[in-house]
This record gives sequence, C-alpha cells and structure tokens, in this order.
Amino acid sequence: MLLLTCPHCGIDADETELAPGGEAHLTRHGPGATDDDFESYLFLRDNPRGVHLERWRHANGCGKWFIAARCTVSLEVFGTYPAQTARPPQHVLDAIEAKRPGATRKLPVMEGAR
Amino acid sequence: MSDATVLGAAQAEGFATVREVPAPGMIALKGDLSSPALAEAVRAVTGCAVPGLRRIEAAGPACAGWMAPDEVLLIVQRGDVPAALATIAERLSGAHHLAADVSDMRAVFRLEGAGAREALAKLAPVDLAPGAFEPGELRRTRLAQVPAAFWMEEGGITLVCFRSVARYAFDLLAGAAAPGGAVGHFA
Repeated sequence: MLLLTCPHCGIDADETELAPGGEAHLTRHGPGATDDDFESYLFLRDNPRGVHLERWRHANGCGKWFIAARCTVSLEVFGTYPAQTARPPQHVLDAIEAKRPGATRKLPVMEGAR
Repeated sequence: MSDATVLGAAQAEGFATVREVPAPGMIALKGDLSSPALAEAVRAVTGCAVPGLRRIEAAGPACAGWMAPDEVLLIVQRGDVPAALATIAERLSGAHHLAADVSDMRAVFRLEGAGAREALAKLAPVDLAPGAFEPGELRRTRLAQVPAAFWMEEGGITLVCFRSVARYAFDLLAGAAAPGGAVGHFA
C-alpha cells in the first residue's frame, strides 16, 4: 500500500484515495508533429526498474493532479510535487540522489539538463 | 426543487446513531481563494472567513469549507441560495469564478453518539482518533467505494456524499454502526 502526500492539500493519502495517471513529464506532440514523435507521445512509455516519476490524481480528495517520485522496486517515495511543474524540483532530485546516486541522470525528463 | 432528503430521513440505531438530515443549501464556489473579492463574497454570503487548508469555518448555521485549492463549499439556508448566488455574482463580477447551486446534488448524514468516530473509521482511510481529527477540519475522502466529505460539529459528524449513492452510503454507515459492532479502538 502506497501512502503519498498530496502537495495540494497536505494529506498523507492512502493509495485507495488516488487514481494513477502514468508516466509524468511527457512532451506533447500534437498536429504537425512527425509520426515518430506522435507515436512516442501517444504510445511509448518508460517502464523503469528503479526511480520513476509518475502522475497521480487525488481523486477522492481535493481532485488535483500531482507527481510522485518513487522507486518501483522498493516502493520508496522520494517526494511529491504539483503537476504544474515542468521539471522535478531540486529537493526531490536531492532526495533521489541521496538514496540512488546517479539515478536522476537517467530520468528521461533530465536528459540534457546536466 | 427536489425534496431535501433522499431516503425520507432514514435513521439507524447502533453503537452510533446514523440519520439522514435534510440537505441545506449548498453552493460550490470556484475561484482564486486568495483574492480579496472572493473573501468578501464568502463573508457576505456566510459571515465566515475563507477557510484555510482543509478547514471549515462556521457562523451559526452557515459554513464555508475548504474543498480544493480553488474551491470552497458554502452552506446556507436552502431558501437563501438564489440570493446568495446573486450576491456572489455581484461581488465577483469581472473576476474569473464559478458558483453553482449544488444543494440537490448531495445527500447529508449525521453520525452521533460516542461511537461516531469509530463507525466512520471503519469505512474511510482517515485517522479519526481524538486529537488527530477534530472540529474545524473538513476531510474529503472515500467511504468504502464512493467519494464523501465529512466534518465534525459538536455532538457528531456531518457527512455529505452524492445523492445518487445515498442508499449505499446509508447502508454502509448503518452497517458500520450496527449493534455489537463496536471495536473500542478509540475508547
């Protein structure tokens, strides 16, 4: 059972209060994009063994979307932050680096950022 | 306007009392909760300040509860809703907002008696221990399989859920409070 802290209302929400939304920080490729970009946006998802950034909605609570950084192996949660964030905030990156050195460099959203 | 009760004021007695109460007038107000204009509108309608995070403010029978970072629930007398909507529209004209009469959208229940916390704790993933959940806090969560919100007032807990699941919610609460079902966890 996951307990994620909703950054909007501060509740340590039980997994059963939440709705999962899949991988976070996707770049939307819409009309005019190449077929390859559109395919990757629409269908291709990362499924890492380790640190993952994923979207959750506090469906049975405040109703807002947020992003959780967690480990898919140990279920350890490194932090949560509002969905209106283009890039993981530094305190979340630091929490990941402290436990999984080098892991933030492998996050798709961080490619080219370092 | 529909009847204010869905189940005809159904009541169940157990180690806590569950009863349906007539739905008061409820207004969902969405907008910028930090704006002075919205604060003024909330005060004009309910007499309450804009509630802080997860709080509910009460002024007599009128309440203002925090539902989301951009939404408050205003509770007024049922007959006062049209006037309240007019007041909100006037105070917030020009500001991006939404105010809707949701009185007929919900069923309202009261849980009373010493076992009220315990009956509810069986159904919602919320720490309802004395000290952890107290009057003044409004919690949106789920009640078994349906969304619900509740807050504590003197003498009991008030719970709202969607009208369409009123029978399910009442049966759940009545079952959780059934005689002989007390666990004594908070005793």
